[in-house]
Amino acid sequence: MISYILRRIWQMVPTLLGVILLIFFLFKFFGGDPVEIMAGLKASPERIASLRAQLGLDKPVLEQLWVFVQQIFTFNWGKSWTTNESIATIFSTRLPATLTIMIPILLLEVVLAIGAGLAVAYVRGSLTDRAIMILTTVALSISFLVYIIVGQYLFGFVLGWFPVQGWTNSVWKNLITYAPLPVFLAVLVSLAPQTRLYRSFFLDEIGHDYVRTARAKGVTENTIMLKHVLRNAMIPILTNVATNLPGVFIGSFLIEVFFSIPGLGREILVAVNRSDYPVIQAATVYLAALTMVINLITDVLYKFVDPRVTLK
Amino acid sequence: MTTDLVHALPKSPGVWAEAWKRLKNDRVGMVSLVVTLFFIVLVLLAQLGVVAKGWQKEVGTPFAPPHFVGKIEDGSQSAVIDSIAGASVDISDVDPLAPRYQEWAERAAKFKATITQKSDTLPFGGDQLGRDVLSKVIKGAQVSITVGLAAALMATLIGTILGAIGGYFGGRIGDFLEWVYNVFTAIPYILLVFALAAVLKSGPLAATLGSGVWTVVIILSLVGWTGIYRLVRAEYMKHRSREYVRAAEAIGASHTSRMFTHILPNISHVVLVQLSLHVVGFIKAEVILSFLGLGVPIDMVSWGTMLSEAQTELVLGKWWQLVAATSFMAAFVTAFALLTDALRDALDPKLR
Repeated sequence: MISYILRRIWQMVPTLLGVILLIFFLFKFFGGDPVEIMAGLKASPERIASLRAQLGLDKPVLEQLWVFVQQIFTFNWGKSWTTNESIATIFSTRLPATLTIMIPILLLEVVLAIGAGLAVAYVRGSLTDRAIMILTTVALSISFLVYIIVGQYLFGFVLGWFPVQGWTNSVWKNLITYAPLPVFLAVLVSLAPQTRLYRSFFLDEIGHDYVRTARAKGVTENTIMLKHVLRNAMIPILTNVATNLPGVFIGSFLIEVFFSIPGLGREILVAVNRSDYPVIQAATVYLAALTMVINLITDVLYKFVDPRVTLK
Repeated sequence: MTTDLVHALPKSPGVWAEAWKRLKNDRVGMVSLVVTLFFIVLVLLAQLGVVAKGWQKEVGTPFAPPHFVGKIEDGSQSAVIDSIAGASVDISDVDPLAPRYQEWAERAAKFKATITQKSDTLPFGGDQLGRDVLSKVIKGAQVSITVGLAAALMATLIGTILGAIGGYFGGRIGDFLEWVYNVFTAIPYILLVFALAAVLKSGPLAATLGSGVWTVVIILSLVGWTGIYRLVRAEYMKHRSREYVRAAEAIGASHTSRMFTHILPNISHVVLVQLSLHVVGFIKAEVILSFLGLGVPIDMVSWGTMLSEAQTELVLGKWWQLVAATSFMAAFVTAFALLTDALRDALDPKLR
């Protein structure tokens, strides 16, 4: 087990190195001139020279790469180019808002979609099943944007059940007052594809012999579905949740934009519009690393979910 | 002797002819094919300037409602002020410009001013400038579908070539491409899109690419090739040691020839299905990118820019632009997705 984890971590090194190289050279060679972005086009030569020295742009490329690597491992990215806020502060202040929205979304989504997927898989082939499948196909063809636009208008503006948008410093108030509408809409939108996905996982299991055996010896349908099938379908479910997990940290940037939630996703979008490169670089590198770690944890969890799995 | 025998054998239909026969029997597939073709023709006509050429013309009153809704009396009043007949005091003696009025009037008369009668209702309504929503949504379809198709073609091209090289040669090159694949997939999709958008927006390439639709095509294809690469690679690994490839090698076919004239046609159904799957995904992505202002430029219209306008219009009760963009997009995306399913079934009879 330990040797497996160590080997996997060792295997991450080249990938992480690749991510660092990709991001560094992408911004270095294809990105704009940082001095131009920071000082504008009409900067005086002295200011340009001082900025160059300050950002280390007068050094050779390899040395700049080394500085970049150091920044990554010391978590010291300096300051945002446009707001002069330290990058670390940006991350630590924006992340709570994103998590306030995303954790309820993820939990509700998983619980509801598993329930719906089990129910639909159980009545496979029936009229209900086909109706739900057609409904989800049509629902999927409409852009995510439309649901949020219409949902915000309908529930926030016309019916007035929720505030249209807003955010405070109190986590509790955010969770009770401002989070419900975005959470509700995001869960509603993701329910269609997720239900389809979980349905296919359960259908794979229902066809197996052990289900027939359980039925033959008189196990109740509830036990078969909730114990036998659900447990055996845990591996694809876990994989799917793990795929969605890194998204929790950047948040659904669309939701954050629509509801003016001061989260990380919106911050990165703002950074793109302002050409604030360090914010984007930091977010990309750390999220990539996080994705790899989550993948490793998922693979280790397989062992606990299904003892037949051997880690090699 | 043997050639006669070969000619005497009943000619077996090719893969594509067989697939077409199966597709023709699929009713859902045929309907979606017709709808898709209708949209493609619409896009071509819009590209050639036959339809929706004047989408930027302000042909109606601002927020002109659709025909079937009829004119909405909103209580606002507009009165035309009669031009004041005759100056009360003749100031031509002291007016220094007086001698030139005649000349200016003549010169002005040389230019023809056309006054368009702004209509109160339009077929699908008008936007805030009074532009026809129907023309806009057709023009938007042209942009969105072209971007989706172009990006999918480019992603397929990148994925297929890299997948072919990686799967066919394996070894060092294969390992290197696997590493590139791992790097690209380690970065969350949306962050890679944002990073590329940031670079293409302000970098040296921005000047050459402009803020045109090409930026979106490049971003989407650079992010979207990975899945195709993986599938094509697996197919090439499977095929590279098959007998027909060995036979081709024996008669002296080069690597390139074996890769692209022998193996590629045999896996083209995989590529085609991937291509059409990506079209749908990229159209949806383009809509979101344009909505966020990272997509098509401001002087163009796509379904995404229409939806972003619709967001503010909805609060004013002007719902037609939202409905027009949504229904066009839903129709095309549904048809294309169903066509993809039908295509997959038709091309792979073993799947059933």
